[in-house]
Amino acid sequence: MYLSLFLTFLRIGAFTVGGGYAMLPLIEREAVGRKWMSREEFVDLLAVAQAMPGIFAVNIAIFIGYRLKKTAGSMVCCLAAVLPSFLMILAIALFFTQVKDNVWVSKMFRGIRPAVVALIAVPCLSAARTVGISRQTAVIPVAAALLIWAVGISPVYIVLSAAAGGWLYFRLKGRL
Amino acid sequence: MIFLRLFLTYIKIGLFNFGGGYAMLSFIRHEVVDRHGWIGSQEFTDIVAVSQTTPGPIGINSATYVGYAAAVNAGYSPAMGVLGSAVATIAVCLPSFVLVLAVSRCYAAFRGNRHVEAAFAGLRPATVGLIAAAALMLMNADNFVDGKSIALFAAAFALSWRFKLHPIAIIALAALAGILLY
Repeated sequence: MYLSLFLTFLRIGAFTVGGGYAMLPLIEREAVGRKWMSREEFVDLLAVAQAMPGIFAVNIAIFIGYRLKKTAGSMVCCLAAVLPSFLMILAIALFFTQVKDNVWVSKMFRGIRPAVVALIAVPCLSAARTVGISRQTAVIPVAAALLIWAVGISPVYIVLSAAAGGWLYFRLKGRL
Repeated sequence: MIFLRLFLTYIKIGLFNFGGGYAMLSFIRHEVVDRHGWIGSQEFTDIVAVSQTTPGPIGINSATYVGYAAAVNAGYSPAMGVLGSAVATIAVCLPSFVLVLAVSRCYAAFRGNRHVEAAFAGLRPATVGLIAAAALMLMNADNFVDGKSIALFAAAFALSWRFKLHPIAIIALAALAGILLY
């Protein structure tokens, strides 16, 4: 069982490019398909994993591991999910520090850098759509972005005050 | 002591990261570039590019790379760089570990709790701001060297937003464009 958990998450870690959400369909196929849990249980687990801080894919791996084999299972799953990217980035780090001053590599990265900024701007817009930002709530992300970018405030304080603000808002509205 | 600082910084990153990898970026950049100066602004953008073309979550990828680079830039050997990698990667997972185990035990109380829900109603829109801050911080002279950079940005944005082209394809095209243009 431990070996099967390890190999499953190793495969998931090795073959998903593009962040945690790309891992989801794979994890679902394994967890639900192998009858580790029901689909409803999986969806509930997702909601909780999403609501928690940390890396989404890592949270899910730990959750599933814990559900099946308690603490030891969660360690096995977490290690397996992280190992492929760890080894690959390590190889790149060793290699990249040697080649980054190469003229061709530097040309490539001069082209890549602005594209990367675009690849972050796009998910920002799609997240705004998913969250359902309206004219009234738009002040929250705008203020958060400006405080971090222009004022240099640490995102820690933004996260803490946004959570406190949400709680206070519902409290004052008498819904808590 | 660089290893202890890496450990504490990545614990903090793991603990306060809400809203996925991109929201995490402004946070990671604030810590590793502005606050500790472990890597430069350009190198940070390069890591993001590398993360988007390699498997695994961006949070893990950046921890592994920054851990290595921070130790090596501080004058340690590559072998100690590997240790730095391991320290940062373990640290970024550690808060998840503790929290998931705690939540698994009182699952029912956490799920659907109105106080938790209310806090998240405030957090979600702020997450959009965190991602926007990451994009704004990267719009600097290091990444945008001339007019061609702006054209590349616009092209990449259109390919991703309108045509939903995969990030790896966009980065590959941008690399090719870099070789041709510069």
